[in-house]
Amino acid sequence: MSDLLRIEDLSVTYATQEGPVPAVRGVTLGVDRGEVLGIAGESGCGKSTLASTILRLQPASATVDGRVLMDGEDVVTMRWGDLRTLRWAGASIVFQGALHSLNAVRRVGQQIAEPIRLHEPGVGDAEVDRRVGELLEQVGLPAARAKAYPHQLSGGQRQRVMIAMALACRPDLVIADEPTTALDVMVQAQVLDVLTTLVREAGLGMIFISHDLAVLAEVSDRIAVMYAGRVVEQGPANLVFTDPLHPYAAALGASFPRVGDPAARYAPAGLAGDPPDLRSLPAGCSFAPRCPRAVDACTAAEPVLELKRPTRAAACIRVGES
Amino acid sequence: MAEAPTLTSRQLVRRRRRAAWSRGWAEFRGNRGGLVGLVVLALFVLIAVGAPLLADRSGLEVTQATGGVLEPPSGEFWLGTDDNGRSVLTLLIWGARISLFVGLMATLISMLIGTVVGLTSGYFGGFVGAALFRVTEWFLAIPFLPLAIVLATVLGRSLLNIVIVIGVTSWAGTALLIRSQVLSIKERAYLERSRALGAGHGHLLRRHVLPNVVPLVFANTTLCVAVAILSETTLSFLGLGDPTRVSWGSMLDDAYSVGAITTGSWWFFVPPGVCVVLVVLSFTLVGQALEAVLNPKLRKR
Amino acid sequence: MNDQIDAAENGLSLEARDVAVTFTSRGGAVATALDGVDLSVRSGEIVALVGESGSGKTTLARALAGLQPTTGGEVLVDGEPMGRRGRELKALRRRVQMVLQDPAGALNPRHTVYDSVAEGIRLHGLARGADRTEERMVADALSAAGLRPPERLFLRYPHELSGGQRQRVLIAGALALQPQLLIADEPVSSLDASIRGEVLALLLRLRAELGLGVLVVTHDLGLAWNIADRTAVMYLGRIVEAGPTEELLTNPQHPYTKALLSVVPETDRVEPVVLQGEIPDPTRIPGGCRFHPRCPELASGAAAAAGVDVDCRRALLPVLPASGGCACHLVAARQSVPS
Repeated sequence: MSDLLRIEDLSVTYATQEGPVPAVRGVTLGVDRGEVLGIAGESGCGKSTLASTILRLQPASATVDGRVLMDGEDVVTMRWGDLRTLRWAGASIVFQGALHSLNAVRRVGQQIAEPIRLHEPGVGDAEVDRRVGELLEQVGLPAARAKAYPHQLSGGQRQRVMIAMALACRPDLVIADEPTTALDVMVQAQVLDVLTTLVREAGLGMIFISHDLAVLAEVSDRIAVMYAGRVVEQGPANLVFTDPLHPYAAALGASFPRVGDPAARYAPAGLAGDPPDLRSLPAGCSFAPRCPRAVDACTAAEPVLELKRPTRAAACIRVGES
Repeated sequence: MAEAPTLTSRQLVRRRRRAAWSRGWAEFRGNRGGLVGLVVLALFVLIAVGAPLLADRSGLEVTQATGGVLEPPSGEFWLGTDDNGRSVLTLLIWGARISLFVGLMATLISMLIGTVVGLTSGYFGGFVGAALFRVTEWFLAIPFLPLAIVLATVLGRSLLNIVIVIGVTSWAGTALLIRSQVLSIKERAYLERSRALGAGHGHLLRRHVLPNVVPLVFANTTLCVAVAILSETTLSFLGLGDPTRVSWGSMLDDAYSVGAITTGSWWFFVPPGVCVVLVVLSFTLVGQALEAVLNPKLRKR
Repeated sequence: MNDQIDAAENGLSLEARDVAVTFTSRGGAVATALDGVDLSVRSGEIVALVGESGSGKTTLARALAGLQPTTGGEVLVDGEPMGRRGRELKALRRRVQMVLQDPAGALNPRHTVYDSVAEGIRLHGLARGADRTEERMVADALSAAGLRPPERLFLRYPHELSGGQRQRVLIAGALALQPQLLIADEPVSSLDASIRGEVLALLLRLRAELGLGVLVVTHDLGLAWNIADRTAVMYLGRIVEAGPTEELLTNPQHPYTKALLSVVPETDRVEPVVLQGEIPDPTRIPGGCRFHPRCPELASGAAAAAGVDVDCRRALLPVLPASGGCACHLVAARQSVPS
């Protein structure tokens, strides 16, 4: 396959004082150029670990099994020189909490220019400034804002600076980790506009991580829902949102109601219990303790992610029953 | 709740607190420097407290001196004699009392003033807070020694005055530290929540601000004592100490004025100097260990 | 629990009348956080205050809670102006409680859950009598907030709890004072999506079982749809539209409300109206209708066609009454046209 990124059976385990913690357990995904893959999940599902592992940014003490193929080359075993080239020029990340990831004492223009200078040291100052201005305009900010300090910008503007930074070296793949989570709904719409335009015009591949299934449905072509380190449902974005197969995907989708839906009036939907403790996962399906459709058979073995419909996969033994 | 003999929440809290203390102590024990410092300090405190048992008080009287002038160490006088024939060892032991007393008392005063000023200026802000801050900055900017000399000269030479001088000239550092800590705590959300629950200033200070400030103060205090002892030594060396009392500083002053260095009477000036260094070093080590225990971010993981 | 039922019967009404709040920075710039707001909340109803950052919604909530003094207008408690003296404010705390944003920071990390919940009880000396021990009251408050069995959490510290549990502890701390009105600032925005439902269901249950009134401050229209009886939309220090939730969210009148609704992500919706730019600086509030620089109706010429475009730019709108309505020149013009 001509996939831009192909993750094959990836497992990442952190070494902690209390023992090994499996953050990602056997994940297989793929993203192509010009395609947006949405990863849906909440804290503890392994999505941020997955994102950082793609660029081999996971902590040194973490063990990684499986392959992460960027244009055919395995990032996990890549040589250091190739990895440095990959980072930012091949793939870049817009981190979660980007509002706090900016250096408060440097102008944003300088911060956007930093990766350019690192990857292309021969480029002159004037050219760098021009490219920074171009990037700012690409994300909807006036080029003159390059002279501003982070505290002079609003939350939405800072997030856009982070996106501009991620695009600085013209990567093929952009990983956006909860880029709109802390933003107002109007600013979120603006940022989503910017991202979708970029994918369309520059032919980027994008991985969009969020816990809001509705946002993902708007922005992604395909969605993979993660829970406790595994993918529990995968398929075309609007189908996963409007007709979820896995009970967790259904619960996640129902958490943010459709305004105007009479069924959601005075009926907030959510899950009982707490996110799973990765250090002591239950036997069988890790979602069973909180699942409204769990039966005894669910605790026997962890369900395998398999095709339930022609284009859709789910890891649940109760899918397909009437 | 069950009537079974389960512990009440108060008892459970106490148990938890005791566990926290023993954890802190274990942490402190792990810090070798801190332990050494603590042992050395304990030794000096014992010596100072047990001075009457270790050396006869009459040994301090010039009129009752039995030794010769500047005699080197011998079987009778383990550290030799001073220029008046008094046993240097006796002077050293009794001097420990003064040095430690002044150090601790001066620190107490400096800490009290510093905490009150720092708390007020940081918590209340406004005109009073700003004014107090200016005063703090002023005291920080003035060099210690000239100010101390002037004050000591004006107040006169007595033990109490030395304590006052050191206390009054060294509170500013503590005040600054506390003020910045209070400022950072003041904005925390849990203070706002407490206010929303109906808390007044007293409650906020007592339950939220002070518990976060006190550990810092504690660690800072030990370091302050070290500095205070050094200050006392300096002032006494300059001849501003109480003339009727012997301290390590005054011993150094005497040694200097009788030319003990040129005559090579090392037993007169080396022991007090070594003692000052040891005590100051011990306080510093203990202070650093305390800081590491109380500030989890400094702990080695 | 008898006190709770009494409280519900007596009820409480909190009303903001033409409230204005301005902040003067050290440089002399005057930021107008609230510029004339009428809003009322009473026991037994849930009101959602919706707006983006900079709309003034948190300032209004704090003014209603008595945490923010007003520079204009007044806040009425049961019809009487809110007393600003220490004793009066403290008495108010027993009736109106505010649950702050950010459950992680709002709990003192050195205090156990028990201490945090008991704080309010101790401050007001509520634990009196053999059957009203402090322990009993803390346990009751934690149970009412959905944390059962409560004793298990007494000695936990905030960092040992999940986000959802921390939020419930905050709510329990407020409930411990047995208030008649709860003001919740962004109660679920920092929580995981699947925990959201439980906390919102809790607020509904508190209204049903204890007769509490709730004012929820949020940027999430879905939240308003989930639990609110009435909704008020704020923009730059004013309420621009208010009314019963169903009506407001299914048939919005104000261009800003329409735009907000259109961009809420869902798959089947109206054409999104993505407004340009961001909410202006509160030190430079636009003249006339404060929304006019970003208003799609003005930009598209619809306002000019109705003849109100000059008003949009110059004429200040009256403060919306507490009963609701829509503060828009265009809407007013259309409504006054005889059918």
